[in-house]
Parts: sequence; structure tokens; C-alpha cells
Amino acid sequence: MADTAKTLFDKVWDSHIVERLDDGTCVLYIDRHLVHEVTSPQAFEGLRLAGRAVRRPDATIAVVDHNIQTSDRSQGIAEPESRIQVETLEANVAEFGVPYFPVRDARQGIVHIIGPEQGISLPGMTIVCGDSHTSTHGAMGALAFGIGTSEVEHVLATQTLLQKPAKNMRVQVDGELPLGCTAKDIVLAIIGEIGTAGGTGHVIEYAGEVIRKLDMAGRMTICNMSIEAGARAGMIAPDETTFAYIKGRPYAPKGEAFDRAVEYWRTLPSDPGAQYDRVVTLHASEIAPMVTWGTSPETVLPITGAVPDPASVADEAARAQMQRMLDYMALTPGQELASIPVDVVFIGSCTNGRIEDIRAAARVARGKHVAPGVRAMVVPGSGLVKQQAEAEGLDRVMLDAGFEWREAGCSMCLGMNPDKLKPGQRCASTSNRNFEGRQGPGGRTHLLSPAMAAAAAVTGRLTDVREMA
Amino acid sequence: MQPFTVLTGIAAPLPLANVDTDKIIPARFLKTIKRTGLGVHLFDTLRFDGTGAERPDFVLNTEPYRHAEVLIAHENFGCGSSREHAPWALLDFGIRCVIAPSFADIFHTNCFKNGILPIALPREVCDQLMEDARMGGNARLTIDLPRQVVVRPNGEEIPFAVDALRRHLLLNGLDDIGQTMQRAPAINAYEARLRQQAPWMPGITVT
Repeated sequence: MADTAKTLFDKVWDSHIVERLDDGTCVLYIDRHLVHEVTSPQAFEGLRLAGRAVRRPDATIAVVDHNIQTSDRSQGIAEPESRIQVETLEANVAEFGVPYFPVRDARQGIVHIIGPEQGISLPGMTIVCGDSHTSTHGAMGALAFGIGTSEVEHVLATQTLLQKPAKNMRVQVDGELPLGCTAKDIVLAIIGEIGTAGGTGHVIEYAGEVIRKLDMAGRMTICNMSIEAGARAGMIAPDETTFAYIKGRPYAPKGEAFDRAVEYWRTLPSDPGAQYDRVVTLHASEIAPMVTWGTSPETVLPITGAVPDPASVADEAARAQMQRMLDYMALTPGQELASIPVDVVFIGSCTNGRIEDIRAAARVARGKHVAPGVRAMVVPGSGLVKQQAEAEGLDRVMLDAGFEWREAGCSMCLGMNPDKLKPGQRCASTSNRNFEGRQGPGGRTHLLSPAMAAAAAVTGRLTDVREMA
Repeated sequence: MQPFTVLTGIAAPLPLANVDTDKIIPARFLKTIKRTGLGVHLFDTLRFDGTGAERPDFVLNTEPYRHAEVLIAHENFGCGSSREHAPWALLDFGIRCVIAPSFADIFHTNCFKNGILPIALPREVCDQLMEDARMGGNARLTIDLPRQVVVRPNGEEIPFAVDALRRHLLLNGLDDIGQTMQRAPAINAYEARLRQQAPWMPGITVT
């Protein structure tokens, strides 16, 4: 008998099993551990109390992203609690010898932007971080997932996790992506299709013609939002696009080591005939520029659509929940999505804070101006993304169009720093979650692509980017 | 970690699906370097209005549910962020068990690490328990982990499934890091193999 055909996930999982316990739980080896200031202080404190060390500092990288202000940083952090959290991380990395990109280093940025950018996240690896959007790194062909603080401590101490294998799910996107559509529209369409719990217990492998043609930035956007479909992780098989992206990055293998690595990485894609527990197929022709209307990422429609009517929902609890969303979002059934005015536009986050995203926004904003009364901001995903954009003159394009041009960080994606919505404000946002209060208490979020966000900034309302000349 | 064995307590009905971790505890309360003291912010926007006053209609602001130790909810409880502050806030409030038709994966794992038992039961069973919970203080639920049953106020027993290893850790209040560290020889052996098979994988040093 030949070996059973394996999926990409099966291969990465199997190669990281240190030990399989009686009940099927695996001691899983972790190759890369990314650490940030919000979910790590209690983990380091746990190590300290138990007298434990960090087992592999050389497999760990720390950075500050959630709390840091995106305005001038020369005077430090004004807000005391945020400052304490950042200072605590700095003290912990010094005490435990963990590699760290300091705040004033150009390599500082959102943890999920800098991992791939630095060549720290590589195909075939297991990668974890105390952050649900760790799924981003799955675009490299890695198994990457978010963990809680207790598991952060577990990885720091043992370089392993206790896990049971996930189920395999394949999301296939065939055909040709229509004009005006991006990776963000693809993943929003997928979440709309399978729902916010559709991937629970599964690792999603994204496949098909449309995925293969995406650049690495697009693949990262898609894998990033896997968690919004409830999946444990998202993965895309590594290919020539992946290898070309990795080559020459600071922490990637070099020379002969790179060639050896590529040789191994070529064995990772799923075998022909590999079995999936669930397969979902989307045709790209059904995808349009998407925008969310509610307070869950699954409440998404093409921009040409209208706000749905709770009266059309049969289940009583679901109807009440939809009504609650419309009340919170201050929307009325039947209202055209493209008529909804916005107060704030946010371009950034680990979902859409890469150079390709800023280029896409700049293509729409070039030579135009932000509508009166709208606050629009661009927050690059890392210091290096910002530098690159400035080298391309994109900062001028955005500034001339009336956008704010800011320093790197998580910013208004979750409003832990001063970048927050005020109660009642409505935001067109390239981030990943539209939960109640996510971008600030009482704030209202519509998720969309960077090009769509720029279009909304210019017109002052949610806008079909295909109508922008 | 406090062991979980048999719990008899008041259950609060929260008939909402997709209760996300931002709802359980908003991001602005994550700026702490401690695990404790988060109970006052549990369900902050549901519990309090813009001025910080209690919303009188929210279940945990009413008697006897201020003293609830069990929470009954709808599908996909705990979706969203990986923040362990969500189970920390539940625990600090006094919740030791959450019963729902389904849970988000990371939240589910985080509960076990903190002595909270998440129990997945079919929607119709959750709806029955929700009705029990609505009867208030005279209708306590018993969660019997050794026997793996939920006992309704009418005495009916509902069996539930739980991972063997997690059950063991919960019953004994064990720290799984200590357990895993006893497997150091296996981890050492894996690392030796890794150095041989993937010498291309570089270590990280920041210069």
C-alpha cells in the first residue's frame, strides 16, 4: 500500500508531532513564536513565578503594535496603562533574552506584517502568537494560529503546545476575478458563504485558480480572515510566488540553505487525491466588491446590494439578532449600501496594511480629495512599509488627497491606542472585525477593501469602486 | 488553577449567538498586566450605559443572576480574538461553566486553562436549560464533571462529552506546563532531529 495522500495541513502537522498521547492529543513542536505587549505580560509573569526560562529565544520575536500611538513618538506614550504594557514587554524581553524590534526601529510594525516581511515566517513551519490573526502567516504555507496567554506561556517554557489535529477543509475559488475585486472581496465573500462559525474545528486550505494568481499580500489578506470564518487556521500551498517573495528577506535562509529549503517546501502542497472533511467551491464571477452591513463579518453583501430586512428571517432568535444589528448600525431595511454616508475611513491593519494595499488605495485617491467632513487615515503595517510607500511617493499622493499619513501599528482596527471612533461615528475600514464597539465604544464599522475604502473617503459614502474614474 | 469537580449554582440565560470576545471584554480593558480584576468589565457594553450606570434589563444586573456561576448561550460563543482576558473576566465575575451549542476554538481552549468548563450541547437542550435558568434562584443546575452530566432542576441528567486529558487537568487543577516539561527528553530528541533535517531553518537574533 502506498502512503495515504496527505493535505498540506496533514504534512505540516505530522512533521511537528513530538509525541502522541493516549487520547489523541499531540505534543506539537512550534517553530516560531511571535510575541506582542497585550497578551504576553501574564505569560512572562507565570514563567517568573515558576522559575522557568524561555526554552528557545532564538525561535521567538517580540514587537510592540497594539498600544502604540501612530502619531509622533518622540515623547513616548502618553497614556499610562499603554505605556506600562509596552515598558513591561521591554523589561520582559531583556530579562528573558527574547529578540525584539524596538519602537524606534524601522522594522517595528504589526506582528503579522513583520513576520513575513522579515522572512521569519516560512513555509512548512508551525507559527503561533497570542493573537487570533496569526492565521495570516498561513499564506506562506505554514500552519499558523492564534493562542491564549496560558498557551503563550506554555510555548515560551516548552516550545510546544498540546493540541488535537484539526479537520481539513478546502475552499476552492475558480474562474477569473472580476475587475475591481481584490483578495479582501474574496475572503469577505467566503465568510458570507460559510458563516462566522463555518470553519470551526477546521484548518482551511485556500486553493484554485484565483488563489494561485494572487500575490503574497493578497494571500495574506485571505488567510488573515480565516479566523473570522471560525477556522483554526488558513493555509495556501507554497509555490514559485512564495519562494520569490521569501528570497533575500533578512531572516530567510540564504544561498545553498535557501535551495535546500525550497527543495523541502516543494514537497508540502497537498497530494493528488488528498481527502478533505469539507469542500466549498466559489466561482469568482459571483464575487463583487463587498461591504459588511452588520456587526459580524458574515453580514456581508456586494456593494450593489441593500440592507436586509429582519422580517424576511424565519427564526425568531436570528430575526431579533438582525434587528439588534440594524439598531446598533443605525440602518434601515432596504437602504442601498452605496448610499450610506461615512465619517471616518481607516486604511491599515494586519489584514490590509501592506505596501500593495497602500498602492491600491493610492490608485483610487490620486488627484482626488477626501470629502468634506470625513476623516481619512492611512496607517502602514510596519515602519518598512511606510518607508517603501514614501520612496514611491505614495505618502504625497495620500496627503495631497487629504488623508492622514501615520506611523505603523494596529491603530483603529481595535482602538487600544488613541485612534478610536467616537460613539455613533461610522467608519469604512480595511480591518477585519465589525463587532460592536470594536473600533471604539458605539463606533460603527463597515469592512471593505483598501480601494473601496479610498473610494468611500473621496465620495463620503460607501461607494462601488468600479464607478470611480 | 482551581480544580473543577461538581458545581451547583445559578445559571444565567444569555440567548445570543456569536457572542464575540470584544463583547465579553472590550479591547480597552486589555491594558492590564494582571489576570485578575477583570470581572467588573465583563460584558461591559451590555452591562453598563455610556455613563457607567448599570443597564437594568441586562441579565447579570438582575437578581439572582448577579451570583450566576453558569452561563447558557447560543451558537459560536467566544468567537473573535484570542484574548484570554475573556475567560479571566468570566472567572473573576464568578462564572465557572458556559453551556452553548458550539464554541469558538481558541476561547474553548482558553477556558480549560483557567478552570472554566465549556460544555457543548445541542441547541434544543440548551433551550431547555435556558428555560430552567429563567426560573431563577430556585432552579439551580448541577454540573458533575466526574460523571460528565448536567443535572436539571427536575432531576433529569444530560450527559456531555469532554476531552479525557482536559478533564483530568480540570479535575485535579493541574498546570499543563509542568506536565509537558516532564516530556523534555522527547522534546530534546525532536529538536536534535530538527537540527539534522532542517539545518536551513535559521535562528532569530536582532542586531
